[in-house]
Amino acid sequence: MSTLQMPKVDNAVMSKKDRIASDLRGIINSKNVLSNPDELRPFETDGLTAYRQMPLLVVMPETVEQVSQILRYCNENKVKVVPRGAGTGLSGGSMPLEDCVLMAMGKFNKIIEIDYENRCVVTQPCVTNLAITHAVQDKGFYYAPDPSSQIACSIGGNVAENSGGVHSLKYGATTNNLLGIEVVLMDGTVTKFGGKAMDSEGYDFLGLMTGSEGLLGVITEVTVKILKSPEVVKAALVGFPSIEDAGNCVAEIIAEGCIPAGMEIMDKALTKATNDYSKAGYPTDAEAMMIVEFDGTEHEVEAYIQKTKEIAEKNNSSSLKISKSNEERLKFWAGRKAAFPACGVLAPDYMCMDGSIPRGKLAEVLNEISRLSKKYNLPVANAFHAGDGNLHPLIMFDANDKESLRKCEEFGADILKYCVKVGGALTGEHGVGIEKRELMCEAFNDKDIQQQLTIKVALDPNSLLNPGKVYPILRKCAEEGRVHVHGGKTKFPDIPRF
Amino acid sequence: MSMEEKQNSQTSLDFNQNIYKPTSREEIVEIVKNCYKKNIPLEINGLKSKNKIGRNFQSEKTLDLSDFKGIIDYKPEELYIKVKAGTPLREIIKELDKNNQQLAFEPNDFGYLFSGESNSGSIGGVVSCNFAGSRRFKVGSVRDHILGFQGINGKGETIKSGGTVVKNVTGYDLSKLISGSFGTLTILTELSIKVLPKPETSKTLVIKNPHLKKAIDFLGKALSSSTDPTGGVFYPDYFGKNFILNDLTHDGGLTAIRIEGPINSVDQRLGRLSKELSLLEQELSILDNEQSNIFWNRTKNLEIFKNLKANLLRLVLPMSETLQVIQKLKNYEIKYFIDWGGSLIWASFDQLNTKILSEIKEIVKKHQGYFTLIKVEEDLKASADIFTIDPIKYKISEKIKRSFDPKRIFNPGKMYTGI
Repeated sequence: MSTLQMPKVDNAVMSKKDRIASDLRGIINSKNVLSNPDELRPFETDGLTAYRQMPLLVVMPETVEQVSQILRYCNENKVKVVPRGAGTGLSGGSMPLEDCVLMAMGKFNKIIEIDYENRCVVTQPCVTNLAITHAVQDKGFYYAPDPSSQIACSIGGNVAENSGGVHSLKYGATTNNLLGIEVVLMDGTVTKFGGKAMDSEGYDFLGLMTGSEGLLGVITEVTVKILKSPEVVKAALVGFPSIEDAGNCVAEIIAEGCIPAGMEIMDKALTKATNDYSKAGYPTDAEAMMIVEFDGTEHEVEAYIQKTKEIAEKNNSSSLKISKSNEERLKFWAGRKAAFPACGVLAPDYMCMDGSIPRGKLAEVLNEISRLSKKYNLPVANAFHAGDGNLHPLIMFDANDKESLRKCEEFGADILKYCVKVGGALTGEHGVGIEKRELMCEAFNDKDIQQQLTIKVALDPNSLLNPGKVYPILRKCAEEGRVHVHGGKTKFPDIPRF
Repeated sequence: MSMEEKQNSQTSLDFNQNIYKPTSREEIVEIVKNCYKKNIPLEINGLKSKNKIGRNFQSEKTLDLSDFKGIIDYKPEELYIKVKAGTPLREIIKELDKNNQQLAFEPNDFGYLFSGESNSGSIGGVVSCNFAGSRRFKVGSVRDHILGFQGINGKGETIKSGGTVVKNVTGYDLSKLISGSFGTLTILTELSIKVLPKPETSKTLVIKNPHLKKAIDFLGKALSSSTDPTGGVFYPDYFGKNFILNDLTHDGGLTAIRIEGPINSVDQRLGRLSKELSLLEQELSILDNEQSNIFWNRTKNLEIFKNLKANLLRLVLPMSETLQVIQKLKNYEIKYFIDWGGSLIWASFDQLNTKILSEIKEIVKKHQGYFTLIKVEEDLKASADIFTIDPIKYKISEKIKRSFDPKRIFNPGKMYTGI
């Protein structure tokens, strides 16, 4: 059960539960309004399973008009609304509130149009990320952002969180691949921001909505651009005798003008865990292991791989393997993708952090993490989207031991604070949600936060849409929880997390 | 002397002057606080390369940021540069050149259009206008390259968003919102911008072709191919002669497609592209790195519209609509060229009036695009809509404007009446 402080429960709303349910049944098909506890249970949490809360009601609208009517109704009756896509988010962005109507968008699950001439796909928001690629791959196209949960996460959720992925260094995150959205505001206004054209008139509301974590509107339609699939994809697997060498190699590859499609580093602890778990054949004597992937035309990829080889050797690489086939390339990745479950074997629980740092600070930050690991007496393993500086330390602990959990949370907060201190960010791709809410004052001062809250109030004057998320309630930097995994069991154990 | 005047007299600033030229953030804060208190509307300027774009509006004072300049921090290996907003773009590009890096969004230089010579303006102006060059369809717009900013809101409070790292989803992405806001939301003070390595080489396939329909077809095929172009333009016959280069003697209409990257790869892709487009040798020329750069610079600089007397419109459309829109626009006296691989039309109109403008607005709306009046005769400027917008978005814009600038003292009315 959540120990987080959430917005004050509105007892007037709680006491009117039946009335609200019956009003909502007047707006949408009554079977799409869920009110008894058994029906509500599946919605009590998202991918951040450490925190749970049953909503007051769940509604499952089927049309934009219904979304609009429900929001208008809730706005007029001062009922809080929490939007939810596939519920795979890792920062608790769609965790319900006790007195909220949870708006589950699951019925918006159709691709509306595939437009090859304008190279875009228009889709409903609860279509999965991967389904977009599946829909266009026979014509040689794909949708570039690839969050690791892409088989399950919804494109609407991707927009809300501005999701990234392994390939965001070269292809950008969701915001850079989005052409337009249709949004319903809390007062029921339906509007479109962007469309099939590049850029749009007036203020960039498309950019504002992307990554706003469901606080400004409910997304009912998404238009994304699709790209022609690269002809050739090749990867190199490189071992290094020290983290410093690996870090220098990353910096030099970038400085040389090669922009890889993906560039990943794992430390020795994680490499070993992964190897024991998945028999990936990684060099376990190396202090750091790197996977670099290039895509493009044959000559282009060859040129970059050659350059990478030279740079790696100059930086003391202890081993280097280049994929000879697509199967081999996927094998390089298979180990990396098993990194999280591998940690689940090493300890009863682990917390996955999501800080962002300047690439050049990798060694410094990892040394600090290692110092903190000794201080808190908890083991840690590190995965790193090295290309774009996104660090995922995995802190191992035992949730049944309260002291261990407390230490883990403090450890995690210390890491994120250090990320900010060296010029990075609290979250690279998981979002703030409830998880990092109270740490926001590490990154922003009161004026910064106030400006953002003023925007929120401009679009949602009663603060009814997803309140209690992103912005601190306590306004003091309390240490909160991270992605918590118990006994290797995540909410969706079959979704890869990396 | 009133209390207020006493306070003011203690500062280094003379609030009686009409043009403020601050050199520090503290001075800007002081100016804005004073204007906020006294309801004084401010016109915000950088190097004035684009200040003719936008509606005429009443302002009591001018805030000239041309002395608020300098590179704060440049980390080539971290792929970012942090600068003060008044820094000339030219200086930033010079600095990036030293490390063989670039601003990939190649912003337009409006100097040729308005004053007959280059004036690429300040970086604050570039971001405020969000006009990206030919690589738009490949690398995104200016806004896609802004990692973070610091600015002053309409109450004189210093605010920031984002940072210097590429991956950052902490809070609302205000860097996007301030890009293209024409100085109506904040006074930008610092900008952190993503930089990228320059491609090893750039070459351009030029197809001698005067036909619009064929050009659209070439561009569509090129952009949907795996040859990964980074530029695609069409110049009709009347502009062809502006591009006579060593390897391009053809002076008629032309379609040009740019390919960039490692030398081997560029040659391979050029070969493949000309095959995919079924081009005959006599139909095409290939521009080498140097000539290719000249060609795309002229495009980015809108040099064909140098000292233009006529009106100029910038129309953005889904590529599928471009052909139909141009055919409809041909009912008027226009000269145009197409950029962004078919999604951007630059069109000059010899004659423009409110009636024609509302007709164009209907056409563009019907085809799911929008336009901006870049250059317009003074008497028409007073009555014309410079930027398009629909009523719902206008209402939201009003609210957002107020959330940054509650007393409407920043460029009031520059984008829309009441904003």
